[in-house]
Amino acid sequence: MAGTLTTTDGGGGSYPAGSGRSRPSIRTVAIWTAVALVGAVCWGVLAIARGETISALWLLFAALSSYAIAYRFYSRFITYKVLRADARRATPAERLQNGVDFDVTDRRVLFGHHFAAIAGAGPLVGPVLAAQMGYLPGTIWIVVGVIFAGAVQDLVVMFFSMRRNGKSLGQMIREEIGLVGGIAALIAVFAIMIIILAVLALIVVNALAESPWGVFSIALTIPIAIFMGIYLRVLRPGRVLEATGIGVALLLLAIVGGGWIQDTALGDTLTLSKEWLVLALVVYGFVASVLPVWLLLTPRDYLSTFMKIGVIVLLAVSLVVARPVIQADAVSDFAREGTGPVFAGSLFPFVFITIACGALSGFHALISSGTTPKMVAKEGQVRLIGYGGMLMESFVAISALIAAVVIDQGLYFAMNSPAGATGGTAESAAAFVQGLGFDTTAQSIAAASAAVQEETLVSRTGGAPALAVGLAQIFSQAFGGGGQAFWYHFAIMFEALFILTAVDAGTRVGRFMLQDTVGNVWKKFGDLSWRPGNIIASAVVVGLWGSVLYIGVTDPLGGVNQLFPLFGIANQLLAAIALALCTVLLIKHGKLRYAWVTGVPLVWDLVVTMTASYQKVFSDNPAIGYFAQRQRYADAQAAGEVLAPAQDQGQMDQVIFNSTLNGILQSFFALLVLVVVAHAAVVIARAVKANGLPTTEEPAVESKLVEPAGLFATPEEKRAMADRDRLVGAGAGRSEAEEK
Amino acid sequence: MTAALARAWQGVRWYLKEFTGEARWDDYLAHCAEHGHTPVSRREFERRRADAAEASPMSRCC
Repeated sequence: MAGTLTTTDGGGGSYPAGSGRSRPSIRTVAIWTAVALVGAVCWGVLAIARGETISALWLLFAALSSYAIAYRFYSRFITYKVLRADARRATPAERLQNGVDFDVTDRRVLFGHHFAAIAGAGPLVGPVLAAQMGYLPGTIWIVVGVIFAGAVQDLVVMFFSMRRNGKSLGQMIREEIGLVGGIAALIAVFAIMIIILAVLALIVVNALAESPWGVFSIALTIPIAIFMGIYLRVLRPGRVLEATGIGVALLLLAIVGGGWIQDTALGDTLTLSKEWLVLALVVYGFVASVLPVWLLLTPRDYLSTFMKIGVIVLLAVSLVVARPVIQADAVSDFAREGTGPVFAGSLFPFVFITIACGALSGFHALISSGTTPKMVAKEGQVRLIGYGGMLMESFVAISALIAAVVIDQGLYFAMNSPAGATGGTAESAAAFVQGLGFDTTAQSIAAASAAVQEETLVSRTGGAPALAVGLAQIFSQAFGGGGQAFWYHFAIMFEALFILTAVDAGTRVGRFMLQDTVGNVWKKFGDLSWRPGNIIASAVVVGLWGSVLYIGVTDPLGGVNQLFPLFGIANQLLAAIALALCTVLLIKHGKLRYAWVTGVPLVWDLVVTMTASYQKVFSDNPAIGYFAQRQRYADAQAAGEVLAPAQDQGQMDQVIFNSTLNGILQSFFALLVLVVVAHAAVVIARAVKANGLPTTEEPAVESKLVEPAGLFATPEEKRAMADRDRLVGAGAGRSEAEEK
Repeated sequence: MTAALARAWQGVRWYLKEFTGEARWDDYLAHCAEHGHTPVSRREFERRRADAAEASPMSRCC
């Protein structure tokens, strides 16, 4: 049956039939020439504009036209020429269909699911922080990074996982690279996840501290979700759209309601310190991980997904309507000198790790392997879902960057610099940003805070508040009628909603990983339905990220300033592991001449992350090197001094402890990745010598499924689908929309 | 014009039902009809689906 099919290694024909491999029509040529021209003009304007103000739309369209060209040409090359996706080969969804995890899913629906799973708060905050370097470095990295690294990683991992019945990243590394590499990767994934959860939670804490409006609306998402859960379980089972409609309406009401309660006694009760918020988040994370998913997680996920997509569409429309003007420099002085207050270090390598999600995010490799590949209908669809999904996330990152560079830059630095630098009041913050060279006054900072009805905007670090200010400005410009305070809290709400969804889902995933791993030695613990096991594993996971969160929140030097680099590097290190696996597999499959497709991004990513890791560990500049920082405070302490921003010996102890811990974690992550990469290099050397090696790819089975390979069905595919539907008769096909 | 709008609305409805998994119930009914099974109640069906989700990790990225 499989005899005539091409395998990955062999075979002739590559591009799908009828998809325009023959001479392209004049219309096609004209369209793509126009797209290329738009892109060239936009990039040209960005390149030559210096000193004058330009519209943010140049950024937007430079990115969009680059994405279009990359999708049309580069992703097609990778899918059909490098990977040789084959429409005649059945996917695991078709072969192993069981209606549960293996399930043939319409490509557009799966695109939505996959996008909802990969996109969260990451692409929203990284670009905001990176804006301290100016708008150009971030933009270039987001666009070039996604095209040649991030989207490539997602696509290739998804394809290889699909060819292996949806194996997870860890499993593939164990089987294709080796046991030691596999174990190192497993530990790395778990540790990195803890850091990511802690940093995400830190962003929420910073956005909600001392903000009764924010706390009120976020807290209400929990009863709203539980109501939806009960609605779907008991009242009207399965009516997800109804329940979500009600949920979104209640959510908007909760945002408006926050404005009513903030000056009341309830508002005072909800004015929480960061420490209380940490406790609340930890309790929430634990409860969410132990409760049945239908009660809290699933309905919350519906809410956050719909909010996510709604806001992205709203933002895209608003940008075009409002046409905001860029306030930031193209390349700021901080990019050259590396002395920025938001995060320390020079443009290289720190822009490339501050912006992880949106350009290259290793975490996606966990989602692109496992769940999504088990649902792909046709091999070629990984191009849309893997590459296209990541382009979409990159677009979100560009939008966030725009929001950060269109606000007053003095305000931007007053908000994003740690309290130790700004002094915490409007007056001291104004003096601080004037020292940086901005003419922002205390009055204008106070006025900006009043406009969004927050006590203060000074040192609201983490990126979320600054993004919310930018979005509030863009939305109120686009829709008129002010409403800055509403839009600000709307933006805070949806960011917190994403993050909390990531935190509770992440805690569960961490719990599963822990139970699975410990289950190898203690069988009972691996049983997911065993209550005590659930409770212990959840408590361990929550305890781990909760402690890192607490450390970050109380860090005198500012948790975001200290931990965000660790988060970015960790995420990029995971990408190095994933890209190493992809490169190994390309070479094992005998495609050495295409190994550059993942090899070049791998080398780049290793250079970036290892340089950053080296600087964070060995730099003798205390602002950058964790151990140099430790030394500086330890020396001062030995001399009986107190170094600002620490205020007493207790805080000195804290700085010393935190720097040591961060430095150790940083070294540990880098070492784990080096172990995996070294093992990968050995396998690569063997595979190159042998001209390819056997892999765990499943043998080809002929596909009976008639489905388009790309986003749009080709005329040939349309005919085939019409034939299929005639055969099935009047039965309601899955792809009814296709026929229209 | 009206026809185009109606088609677009149909498409959006189809997408949302597929996306949220509501369509699974319709698929199930069609499947039962095709094979002559008696379907379980919707409550029972959705409960089984929700309980199956209990064991799947549902990854969400940052």
